[in-house]
Amino acid sequence: MTIPVLSIVLFLPLAGALLVSLVPKDYVKLMRLVALASSIVAFGASLWMLFLFNSADGGFQLVEKVEWISRYRASYHLGVDGISLWLVLLTTFLVPLCIAASWRVDKKVKALNVILLLMETSILGVFLSLDLLLFYIFWEGMLIPMYFLIGVWGYERRVYAALKFFLYTLFGSLLMLVGVAALYFLGGRTFDLAELSRSGLGPSAQLWLFGAFFASFAIKVPIFPFHTWLPDAHTEAPTAGSVLLAGVLLKMGGYGFLRLSIPLFPDATVKFAPWLAILGVIGIVYGGIVSIVQSDVKRLVAYSSVSHLGFVVLGIAALNTAATTGSVLQMVSHGLSTGLLFLLIGMLYQRAHTRKIADLSGVGGVMPVFGGMFLIAVLSSLGLPGLNGFVGEFLILNGTFPVMRALTIIATLGVVLAAIYLLWMYERVFTGPVKIPHAERKSVWRDVSPGELAVIVPVIAMMLWIGLYPKPFLDRIEPSVERVLSNLNRPVASR
Amino acid sequence: MLLLIPAIPLAGAVFLLIFRAKVGRFAGAIASSAIGGSFFVSLIAWSELLNRPAESRAVGGRVFEWIAAGSFHADFTLRVDPLTAVMLLVVTGVGTLIHIYSIGYMASDERRGTFFGYLNLFAASMLVLVLAGNFLVLFLGWELVGLCSFLLISFWSHRPSAAAAGKKAFIVNRIGDFGFLIALFLIQKTFGTLDMVEVFARAGESPLTGSLATAIPLLLLLGCAGKSAQIPLYIWLPDAMEGPTPVSALIHAATMVTAGVYLVARAHVLFEQSLIAGGVVVGIGIATALLAAAIAISQDDIKRVLAYSTVSQLGYMFVAVGTGALSRSALPYVAGIFHLVTHAFFKALLFLGAGSVMHAVGDETDMKKMGGLRKALPVTSLTFIIGWLAISGVPPLSGFFSKESILAAAWEHGLPWIWVLGVIVAGMTAFYMSRQVFLTFFGESRVAADVHPHESPPVMTRVLQSLALLAAVGGLLNLTLHHGTLSKWLEPVFTSGVHIEATEAATPLGLPEVVVSAFIALVSLAAIALAYRLYLAPGAEKARTRLKGSLGYFVRLSQKKFFVDELYNSLFVWPGKVVARIAAFGIDAKIIDGAVNGAAKAVGAAALRMRMTQSGLVRRYAMAMLTGAALIVALFVVRVR
Repeated sequence: MTIPVLSIVLFLPLAGALLVSLVPKDYVKLMRLVALASSIVAFGASLWMLFLFNSADGGFQLVEKVEWISRYRASYHLGVDGISLWLVLLTTFLVPLCIAASWRVDKKVKALNVILLLMETSILGVFLSLDLLLFYIFWEGMLIPMYFLIGVWGYERRVYAALKFFLYTLFGSLLMLVGVAALYFLGGRTFDLAELSRSGLGPSAQLWLFGAFFASFAIKVPIFPFHTWLPDAHTEAPTAGSVLLAGVLLKMGGYGFLRLSIPLFPDATVKFAPWLAILGVIGIVYGGIVSIVQSDVKRLVAYSSVSHLGFVVLGIAALNTAATTGSVLQMVSHGLSTGLLFLLIGMLYQRAHTRKIADLSGVGGVMPVFGGMFLIAVLSSLGLPGLNGFVGEFLILNGTFPVMRALTIIATLGVVLAAIYLLWMYERVFTGPVKIPHAERKSVWRDVSPGELAVIVPVIAMMLWIGLYPKPFLDRIEPSVERVLSNLNRPVASR
Repeated sequence: MLLLIPAIPLAGAVFLLIFRAKVGRFAGAIASSAIGGSFFVSLIAWSELLNRPAESRAVGGRVFEWIAAGSFHADFTLRVDPLTAVMLLVVTGVGTLIHIYSIGYMASDERRGTFFGYLNLFAASMLVLVLAGNFLVLFLGWELVGLCSFLLISFWSHRPSAAAAGKKAFIVNRIGDFGFLIALFLIQKTFGTLDMVEVFARAGESPLTGSLATAIPLLLLLGCAGKSAQIPLYIWLPDAMEGPTPVSALIHAATMVTAGVYLVARAHVLFEQSLIAGGVVVGIGIATALLAAAIAISQDDIKRVLAYSTVSQLGYMFVAVGTGALSRSALPYVAGIFHLVTHAFFKALLFLGAGSVMHAVGDETDMKKMGGLRKALPVTSLTFIIGWLAISGVPPLSGFFSKESILAAAWEHGLPWIWVLGVIVAGMTAFYMSRQVFLTFFGESRVAADVHPHESPPVMTRVLQSLALLAAVGGLLNLTLHHGTLSKWLEPVFTSGVHIEATEAATPLGLPEVVVSAFIALVSLAAIALAYRLYLAPGAEKARTRLKGSLGYFVRLSQKKFFVDELYNSLFVWPGKVVARIAAFGIDAKIIDGAVNGAAKAVGAAALRMRMTQSGLVRRYAMAMLTGAALIVALFVVRVR
């Protein structure tokens, strides 16, 4: 019997959540430790998955299929390919950091850690499911823990932000539900993705269904103009929430396009691709411009995600291997760079109790190491060669250029905008005269602690790895992207 | 082995940045040994080239596969040819001297460890830039030197002006790199690779036509204009003087800012594809040379004069390499690289001399508060004077030979007006440099009473003496453009691709070369005499007032730097901020989010009117939604089928 690695990865966090909930309520530290330990074990399990993964094979690997609701031909069907592989690893990599970053949160510790682990399982479920119904359940399931995470542990306007996030995404999900149901009936009464993609939907069915799924994915990415939930949710969420939102949740949108839209609705995808590209480019430029004048550090980084995810959308819309491979890598890169920025902003807030740029000055003078780490995150985010962000952005732009020249040139402006909004923010917060009173410098404004370094350094190491030697990543992404895109070239009859 | 050249300073940088607090006063020694090690390895690489026949002087290759996906493939490739060898020796040689000087200059700074770490990181990045055998690797070095420039300009970042200058440098360079990136996309699309050897070979075999031939070099040029501070992107370099002075010498005079000149020379095959491209390079070069010289004339800050002088001299180099592209011949490029080398010697010397002066007068940079420093600073003043004579083009110092080569090349290849303007720039250069020397070292002392000028420690003055020696005898590298050592060494690099050699040496009015050279030297001497009359001779002040009466308008424009910064602010920065505010607080907050919230409110209001707000109705809501969804599905399935 083969060991069900993917199920182990998927349900380890859930098991951790159960364990945490069993801890008696006075042992607060134990709850954190159990949560951290189980998320680290889950990360270990995902490394095992990586070890077993065959990089030459672009198809689904480590597949598990068990009948589930046979009446509706829905099955418990898991598998991993080069696209989901890195998103799974990104998730299991970030969750322990999130739990560690929430170490000092004293409000409802047990619930917090349970929710983080539940969220991990549902996110992993989205990336690992090969069955549409299963996919939808995990997709929706993720909504509830995130709603509570923002609404309970967030900042001042958390209730507004949580509700907005919930309603916005729910709206998208309902349309997707319509799509799922319609797909079930039109695609030969099955929920199996492979079978669905072979069912050969007619062109008009494809267009309608593409639209239904598009709404949900577009909100999640987010694609302009469906993005206004994002700045509120990211800004008001606690650090762990922001990291997971920006790091992983936004990727579910791009992942949805790759996993569902392209294989199931290839004709519609080709038809919509130019529009998708235009929306992506609008997101890049618009998100960049809006970021410049934000007065809140966290909100600025949140808006920068609109810009960065625009690159992902553009790369997917190019529908060629190089650009789309770049998009997948960019999803991972953005998770690392924006994830780290949110982690660092969380640490900054613990000391400053403000996120207003105008209230901060000369932070780098008091905390030079922290300032240096923040600068690395900024440089990664603005796409400096040698760090992770550049590789994906370059592959996307270079791959898009031959197909859509004018759009690519406009999109490249995003690179200039990123330098403007990020460095201007860095200048105002970290340089200039130190305003912090001497008395507080040794106590409140201590430079990074070893515990904080333990959170930061792994992320920076990954940034350097991807920036300098992305081969192991690209080698595994590329065959799967090629396989997904091959759906577009199949003659209609065989679909 | 080539990897060692950047790897040694990179290792130094990593070590210094991690142990910056522990290395203490050894930081400078560690950093200097690291770059000294690179210099040594560069010498070995150079000798390896020397042992080969002239046509096959190139070594190196792939180190590892860097980025590959789909049809795109870029290797991390390092290569040395004669051009790279020259750059390597300048970067590591002059670099080592400046590292050593910094030991003295930064002795009392408590963040020495960090400083030397950044300096080593810069050296490593610059070496990657010149060693790159692939455009993408070059771009990596290109961006990393920009990063180090940013870090070092804003090294004393508690000063808002330093932080702002660093940011400005980075952003302006990014604007240039926007062009660079698009050029890379075009190169990849046109040639199917970013490997330089292949790209140049293909471009040489089948020349490009139409707008593509012009677009690629012009987009590359935008990047060069950013890095090498040319019009329209030169505005960051004068502000970059906020950084410690050795940084200005190393990055903003001798090495990094010459990267643009290097790139034009390196990619000469691409620049030769279109006459427009070559013409634009020459035009931008001469315009920048003139504008910057016109500003340098009236500046009072000792480092700003040198900064504008650097911009101006870089313009000179662009004229040279542009002439090469325009005429598709090798020697103008050689002249440009020759000037790059001598400029590295004398401008590094001048900057370090200025640093020594600032060291002596308590970090004062206003030349109005100097004067008569010759006696207190014997070594600094003597070496500075050598640098001054070298940059002014006084024979037999190095600057005379390299400037003369550029002018000769311009004339030979049919650009007489460029020759005339170049001679004018040479005169202006001699004038403002003389003004600087007279104001600083000669005349009455205007130093504040509580400042007691003192000569710098030997670790600094020895470096000044070494650079002074190089600035004095650097002309030996290429005594004549047609038969010099450097010309012979570099010519094979530039003879690939489309190539036409000038048939014979031509000079203005057919005069003998010696006469023309003597004329150029005389222009410089006349400019020096004029500066003497206005700043040092008895009655200088009266002469100045008289001159200001007639040229007052120009002087004020020059002092205000022709309001270019103000122009850019009102054209780009200010409108940009307005647009961003409208986008963020108008479009995003009011219109898009307003529509979302409005829709939510409308639903809420409608619900209120329908009296559905009582508790318990959430379930009815959900039911209604589900029923609606089911209806849509049913419709869908029926219709679409």
